[in-house]
Amino acid sequence: MIQEQQWLLSLGTFLPLVGVLVMLFIPKKDEVAAKGVALVTAIATLAVGIYTLVQFDYDQSEKLQFFTTNKWITPIKATYTVGLDGISLPLYILSMVITVLVMVYSWNHVPEPGNTKAFFILMLVLQTGMAGTFVAQDLILFFVFFEVVLLPMYFMIGVWGGENRQYASLKFFLYTMFGSALMLVSFIALFVVTKNAPGVNPDDANFSFQWFDEHGRDIARDTAIWIFAGMFIGFAVKVPMFPFHTWLPDAHTQAPTQGSVILAAILLKLGTYGFVRIAIPFLPQAAVKWAPIIGVLAVIGIIYGALGCLAQTDMKRLIAFSSVAHMGFVMLGISTLTDLGISAALFGMVAHGLITGMLFFVAGSVKERYHTLEIKRLSGMLLQMPKMGWILGFCAMASLGLPGLAGFWGEFPAILASWDPLSGEGLPYGGLSVGLYQGLTIVAALGTVLAAGYLLWLYQRTAFGEVSAEFAGTGHDAHGHDSHGHDAHGDDHSDIHDVNTFEWIAWTPLLIAIVVFGVVPSLMFDVMDPAVSLITDRFGGK
Amino acid sequence: MLVNNFLILGAVLFSIGVYGVIARKNAVLVLMSIELILNSVNINLLAFDRINGTQDGAVFALYIIAIAAAEVGVGLAMVLLIFRNRKTIALDDLSEMKG
Amino acid sequence: MFAESTEAAGWFLENAWLIPLIPAVAFFLILGFGKRMPRGGSEIGIASMLASLVIAAGTAYQWVQRVDAPVAEGEHALARGSFGFARTFSEEAAEAGHEVAPVISTLDWFDIGRLHVSIGSHIDGLAVTLLLLVAFISTLVQIYSTEYVRGDRRYTHFFASITLFSAGMLTMVLAPNMLQFILGWEIMGLCSFLLIGHWWEETANSKAALKAFFTVRVGDMGLLVGTAALFALFGTMEIGEINEQAANFAGDNKGMLLFAAIALFIACIGKSGQFPLHTWLPDAMAGPTPVSSLLHSSTMVVAGVFLVARLYPVFHVGLDINVAGQSFNLIAVIGGITVLIAAGLAFVQDDIKKVLAYSTVSQLGYMMLGLGVGAWTGAVFHIFTHAFFKCALFLCAGSIAHTGSHHSFDMKKDMGGLRKKMPVTFVVWIVSTMALMGVPFFSGFFSKDEIIDSAKHNHYTVFYFVAIIGAAMTAAYMTRATYLTFFGKARGGAAHFVHGHDDAHDTHDAHADAHGHDAHGHDDHHAPAHHSAPLPFAKTDSSWQITVPLIILGVLAIFSGYLNAPALGIHWFEHMTESSIGAGSAMSVPPPPEFSWAAAAPGLLLVLAGFVVSLLISKAVFGEKKTALQGLTQRNSLLGAGHKFLVNKYYLDALYENVIVKAVAYPIARAAYWTNQHVLDGIVNAVGIGGKRTGELVYKYVDQGLVDGAVNGSGATARGAGGALQPVQSGKVNLYGALLFGAAAVGALVLVLVNS
Repeated sequence: MIQEQQWLLSLGTFLPLVGVLVMLFIPKKDEVAAKGVALVTAIATLAVGIYTLVQFDYDQSEKLQFFTTNKWITPIKATYTVGLDGISLPLYILSMVITVLVMVYSWNHVPEPGNTKAFFILMLVLQTGMAGTFVAQDLILFFVFFEVVLLPMYFMIGVWGGENRQYASLKFFLYTMFGSALMLVSFIALFVVTKNAPGVNPDDANFSFQWFDEHGRDIARDTAIWIFAGMFIGFAVKVPMFPFHTWLPDAHTQAPTQGSVILAAILLKLGTYGFVRIAIPFLPQAAVKWAPIIGVLAVIGIIYGALGCLAQTDMKRLIAFSSVAHMGFVMLGISTLTDLGISAALFGMVAHGLITGMLFFVAGSVKERYHTLEIKRLSGMLLQMPKMGWILGFCAMASLGLPGLAGFWGEFPAILASWDPLSGEGLPYGGLSVGLYQGLTIVAALGTVLAAGYLLWLYQRTAFGEVSAEFAGTGHDAHGHDSHGHDAHGDDHSDIHDVNTFEWIAWTPLLIAIVVFGVVPSLMFDVMDPAVSLITDRFGGK
Repeated sequence: MLVNNFLILGAVLFSIGVYGVIARKNAVLVLMSIELILNSVNINLLAFDRINGTQDGAVFALYIIAIAAAEVGVGLAMVLLIFRNRKTIALDDLSEMKG
Repeated sequence: MFAESTEAAGWFLENAWLIPLIPAVAFFLILGFGKRMPRGGSEIGIASMLASLVIAAGTAYQWVQRVDAPVAEGEHALARGSFGFARTFSEEAAEAGHEVAPVISTLDWFDIGRLHVSIGSHIDGLAVTLLLLVAFISTLVQIYSTEYVRGDRRYTHFFASITLFSAGMLTMVLAPNMLQFILGWEIMGLCSFLLIGHWWEETANSKAALKAFFTVRVGDMGLLVGTAALFALFGTMEIGEINEQAANFAGDNKGMLLFAAIALFIACIGKSGQFPLHTWLPDAMAGPTPVSSLLHSSTMVVAGVFLVARLYPVFHVGLDINVAGQSFNLIAVIGGITVLIAAGLAFVQDDIKKVLAYSTVSQLGYMMLGLGVGAWTGAVFHIFTHAFFKCALFLCAGSIAHTGSHHSFDMKKDMGGLRKKMPVTFVVWIVSTMALMGVPFFSGFFSKDEIIDSAKHNHYTVFYFVAIIGAAMTAAYMTRATYLTFFGKARGGAAHFVHGHDDAHDTHDAHADAHGHDAHGHDDHHAPAHHSAPLPFAKTDSSWQITVPLIILGVLAIFSGYLNAPALGIHWFEHMTESSIGAGSAMSVPPPPEFSWAAAAPGLLLVLAGFVVSLLISKAVFGEKKTALQGLTQRNSLLGAGHKFLVNKYYLDALYENVIVKAVAYPIARAAYWTNQHVLDGIVNAVGIGGKRTGELVYKYVDQGLVDGAVNGSGATARGAGGALQPVQSGKVNLYGALLFGAAAVGALVLVLVNS
């Protein structure tokens, strides 16, 4: 643990709340001021994040840095402990980047029914919750942040969502709450069991990660399996893993674009992060028993998500289902319990955040222009909006795992790892069934084929071909020449124009990141690998 | 014993408060009854303090007084708003929470 | 700064990684600045390919030097060069006299756990061959394209994609490890998607692009799994190490090696259009012709063959190739089936590009067959020679469509009689066709014959017969195509070109509209008058950007074969490349058999027979029959005496057509084609539709019904419970209060009872 600049993480986490405080005093009508303050706060937070990035000691990325611990709720032994290591760092920064980009995008894309101020406040609160989850080093603190995220998202979907928003938001909320409740029970059980273990001074027990890291592995395997079960459900709902995924398509489809982007880019990662950070290292003896189940469910999710995609007629819903498939690869990587697999999973989390976030951005902009996302009705996007069309193509290619783009490094190493999972002689907690995992690998590889199928199908149907008669004659002319259709006085679809400035500002960083991480994956792997090794070392694998 | 008298006083106040909450229709009176209940608890806390010879109960009592003040503030504000909108503060007429 | 390394292996050998890098950078330059360049970015593409070609040539030169003058022992040391490049020379491989270690330059890319990944170049004979080939053909194709796609609405994109495509292939060819290999492989897949779907406004084209990418992707599954299996088995991604360990494989885990070989071979089936995944290849003709020629000659489709050649020890040991007594193995069987079915299909095509496409599939089958029977050199050499003549043939087809047949590729409707008007195209076509048929002393003969010979020599007798029958079929279908295109009466678009070129152009254009063959999206279509200057000695042929590459390729279609002509005792190519599969290790690939004309004779005779029969049939069916039909009345009046003879001839036609062709050739080929279109394609489509149906069903019932149902069900349960308790929720605050206190009282009572 490196206890320098202890204020840094708290500043980065709570700075958005300062912005919220300022915004409370801005009159509701002054939208520009509200947006300005929110954006400035988010950028300031990102600046803190970048400072963190610069100050981070990359040679010791396995250690918790900027570590600080304080008393918080003494009676229940909860502490305020925050720290950042190589696993959290990319996600912590990603959450800040995404928030800024979403705000830029929202500048002229505030969804119905308006109320700009509240919308931006919610985004700032979300940011605090997300960042806090990634830096928390105490179970109760983690849980609080984990739940803080829930409420703004609930409102975002419920107020600014699509036609079916009430149902979707409620489903999202109840589903996640259900998981969280079991998770909390598990946390408390974990605490009680470790506290009352023989040879342990009960007064030393607390909720810090360090305590569980040291004492969780001593719990009897049968007990540990039950405790793991609670955590599994809590995190699996959030990931979401098959069969706990059904909230996701509804939430994504109904959420406003900004909500979808944040949901896909960050919120889903809270679940996988929980597995890597909490469930697996604290209860290694149970993790080995649970891993095959996770692996099988992950692979079912991969195939199932892909099949779901093939059945969709709505672009946004298709992208939502593709999340199920992609998170399946992430979970498959985690379930191998190897260095390679978990590193791949962490990379996949960030890559999925960038790529799927980007896809949701595009879907949102398409919806805004065409007022529909029905794949049947869209055609010839490349003719009407060439740049948008190419961006969609780029993201589709990244999403289906083209080498040289970020998506590949989440998928392929996961496949490599699952062919050769934790196995061998003399492992402290036992190994995994190699045969089972090799079967899973083949099925997962089939998933990459299906991914190509649905994404290219989507692309062929929407981007290629002639412009459908319904939208012809609006915006760009049929051959994509220079007439920028900016006259908004025509009929319904006259606002079909190519990517605008705010969209460019919001999207360019993501597009660049997809390429950069695709070309230089070591940027992330080098940071994560030592921290991941620290987790996998306890399993004694290769 | 002297302490018992305090406890009996608390119980009486509590009962009056409960009666008020259940039986009265005027929202202001209900609020006042709630205050009675809270204060009966305060009395009890102080009485037990005396029995045990500690100061914790007094701390809690102060805490409750502060909470009660806030609660009455909010409650009266709500009653005022309800009155402004409906011209009545009879609780029987306010059944929006009916499930 | 390269001084140290120059002494070790030679500048070009160590900096071969520049070869793919230059076009890759050019790709971004074209995308960024292409539209502002005077020639729309094509100059960047061509310049980058020329630069790559120069470096590839330098690499080849230095490789030849390296082979001829084996390096001294001391130089096989680990040397660290500039830019953090770690240069490793495999020391073990340098024992025997003609053993030449590959030159490997790598740059660390990243490490995750035990996975170490680098990028760089692995230069050996095989890589050098392909590098030179790809750079050379890409250059020619790009020059050709400047004329062929001139005025296209996505001219710049075209050059960007085709440049990136070449970069992908080059990246793959010199890959030192499997990850870089996959990188190049997938970049090609992406570019093929872009290029085949270049005119994506038409649904057919975008569907063909989708089909190509998707079919290849099905195979890629094997590549991913196979690579994972190899990594688990050998713990490395380096191709050199994998080969070495596979060649000396002694572990008890032979099943895993077999599995890896099969998985990787599935990738090759997809990429190289082998049976049963070949169906994407003919559809891929939807792309512009230069794309077809590039895809089908030196890049994309040979990638699969290259993978087998590159990792030959894995396949050789994994599949027990050349083990005594083996007469069948997966690679040979798939290759053999592909040779025959594709050749059969080539008979019934009207589209000249489809004939060539099936021909490519068939020739790829030869390469696979060669690898399957242990004729490594023959197969690789066939890649080399095939690239030149097949590229030439496709470019000829493009030249005809561009100039002669008014943008149609239909041989029956719009071609015929073009030989006089398009002399350059004609001569190159004939030369290339003879090379393809395997006529002695043309390049194809030397490579194909070695494969056929090896099949017999290595006791793969069945495949020997498959190969010579395939050779006869090749001769036959190419004769048919040649006859239809260049001989007989000019028809449709060609008739206009041949007869009406001196007429006014207005009829020409009217004709174009009437036929509507301009289906390939040439936006601003230009009459031949607007083309660039043709060569002086062939004024009616296509312009020089088209004919010059054709002439170069035509010359190479003859002479490239002389690099390895066993018939003349030349084994130079073999000498240059043999170290690529680690000869001298425990793995033993049988040496190529001694050439003898007696052994080659059956094959040659069959080729001749195929040629003669096909010529006669073609003449009868496509040539004379039409004159007989059309000229019947005419001749009645002019040549009454010859009528009976004509009738007799017509009778012969009927015999040929009705009995031989219709009863034998057509049904078989049609059946194959039907099988292709309905069974295999049907399976592909059915799998697609079935997948979608399954998806829909799963979605409808399982997802929305069961899983969601459970969720909604729990909601309903909660609602039901809530309903039962509804009366309690009177909305009366007093009642709530009473309940609260009642509950508290009960709680207190319980507490008291429990504690007492």
